[in-house]
Amino acid sequence: MSAVVATGVGRVFGPAGGAGGTVALSDVDLTVAAGELVSLIGPSGCGKSTLLRLVADLDTPTSGSLTVFGKTPARARADQDYGIAFQQAGLLPWRSVQANVELPLQLHGASRAERAARAAELLALVGLTDFAGHRPDQLSGGMQQRVAIARALARWPRLLLMDEPFGALDEMTRERLQDELLKIRAETGAAVVFVTHSIPEAVYLSDRVVVMTPRPGRVVADLEIALGSPAERAARGIALREDPAFFERVSTVREALHAGEAGLPARDRGAAGAPDRAGR
Amino acid sequence: MSRVREGALAVGAPAVVGVAAVVLWQATVTGLGIAAYVVPAPADIATELAANLQVVATAAFGTARNAALGLLVGTVAALVAAGVSAAWRLAADAANPLVTATAVVPIVCLAPVFYTMFGTDAQTARVVVAAIAVFVPVYVNTLRGLRTVAPVHRDLLRAHAATPWQATRHVTLPGALPFFFTGLRVASSLAVISALVAEYFGGPVDGLGKAITSAVASSRYALAWAYVVGAVVTGLVFYAVTTLLERLPDAGGSPSARR
Repeated sequence: MSAVVATGVGRVFGPAGGAGGTVALSDVDLTVAAGELVSLIGPSGCGKSTLLRLVADLDTPTSGSLTVFGKTPARARADQDYGIAFQQAGLLPWRSVQANVELPLQLHGASRAERAARAAELLALVGLTDFAGHRPDQLSGGMQQRVAIARALARWPRLLLMDEPFGALDEMTRERLQDELLKIRAETGAAVVFVTHSIPEAVYLSDRVVVMTPRPGRVVADLEIALGSPAERAARGIALREDPAFFERVSTVREALHAGEAGLPARDRGAAGAPDRAGR
Repeated sequence: MSRVREGALAVGAPAVVGVAAVVLWQATVTGLGIAAYVVPAPADIATELAANLQVVATAAFGTARNAALGLLVGTVAALVAAGVSAAWRLAADAANPLVTATAVVPIVCLAPVFYTMFGTDAQTARVVVAAIAVFVPVYVNTLRGLRTVAPVHRDLLRAHAATPWQATRHVTLPGALPFFFTGLRVASSLAVISALVAEYFGGPVDGLGKAITSAVASSRYALAWAYVVGAVVTGLVFYAVTTLLERLPDAGGSPSARR
């Protein structure tokens, strides 16, 4: 079953009915298969974060239909089918690292022993076992973000929603966390919807990159990346980042972005270079 | 090394300024031959304080008891009110004019009225004055804390399908603690000031305010200042205790977390 299916989804802010409102998202079709890693990329205001918030049921579409594992987003949220990480780590400053990871489990009635065991597992997964007792403000930005990812994974979600989680980090930390995310994805098998404005990041992480443009926010291209499975990509690491095939995908995404900016649907570009791998 | 130096500087600098001020004060009073009713010399105040330590302590204790009781009652009332106002917007809006009025009126001006209400032989009026003075900063700060939830935390709790009570318990209340302690610190000084000044308007003959008035009335100026020293110490103790409360490891309000 598909993790996410959006059909003609729109979100208009402001006056109900749309007249005079701001169209954040217009007529978006998107399918994310179970276990698939999909990036949403586009300039500010293209509605990529809005789309993610609709999937998470943090906001409601004004048109179209949206399902998460075949359920309404509200149902999927109540069933805790997804985990979520934001640009800000959003850790609770008065809790230890371990207690932060345990929060989702605590909210759903796991026993103290269960919580501690799962937190230990997750902190090992993100390489922070030695920091379980630390307070968030004693951690670097990259470490805080890893704690946030561990927290998002706490309840074994089949879908991980990530809203520019590495956006505030330096380039080195960012690349390291991208590798970790690929490993985590390989281990958990969860589908990932990843919002970013970095083209190399989207290409490196994704099975598919969905290119969006603003005013109104809409999807202009849907590109297969096909650089191997997450596990293979994580294993290749820097070699993959320097592979000509990688650069070729980066150019494809970049051209789709710029074509979208210029108001041309990416598919209509004639001689603009690399082929569109949309296939949808 | 530099930490030790910083520590020494943090303690040393104010100490040097304090000692210099007292020396300058002593030199000015003796050098210019200033009369005791204008300003007594620090040495004379110290002598009076040493000679009357027991009496000053008893007076200070009387005032401190009223202040502490007022602080307790006012804080509890403010916490309950802030809880209601945070949960129920209408209550906050309805209470707003009253709270504003209480904030701008010097509460001690009600002391004579309270002495009539509660009797001039009881401490009640002083406790009530202190409690009302305490109420405002604790209420205002706590309510602000209860209303300040970071958007990312709000999203997080919603994403994890937390119940309203869970959201309150795990995010809103711990997040409001530093705000509450800020209010409590302000309130602790206000409690002492209000309880003491209320004594100027009547009531039983104990406490620092009464003692200062009667010492001045009998021309014992240095003794009056000795009582002032007692008042300063009492205020400092209240401030220090409430500040230490916040530092308790389990108070959860890490002082550096906010403001």
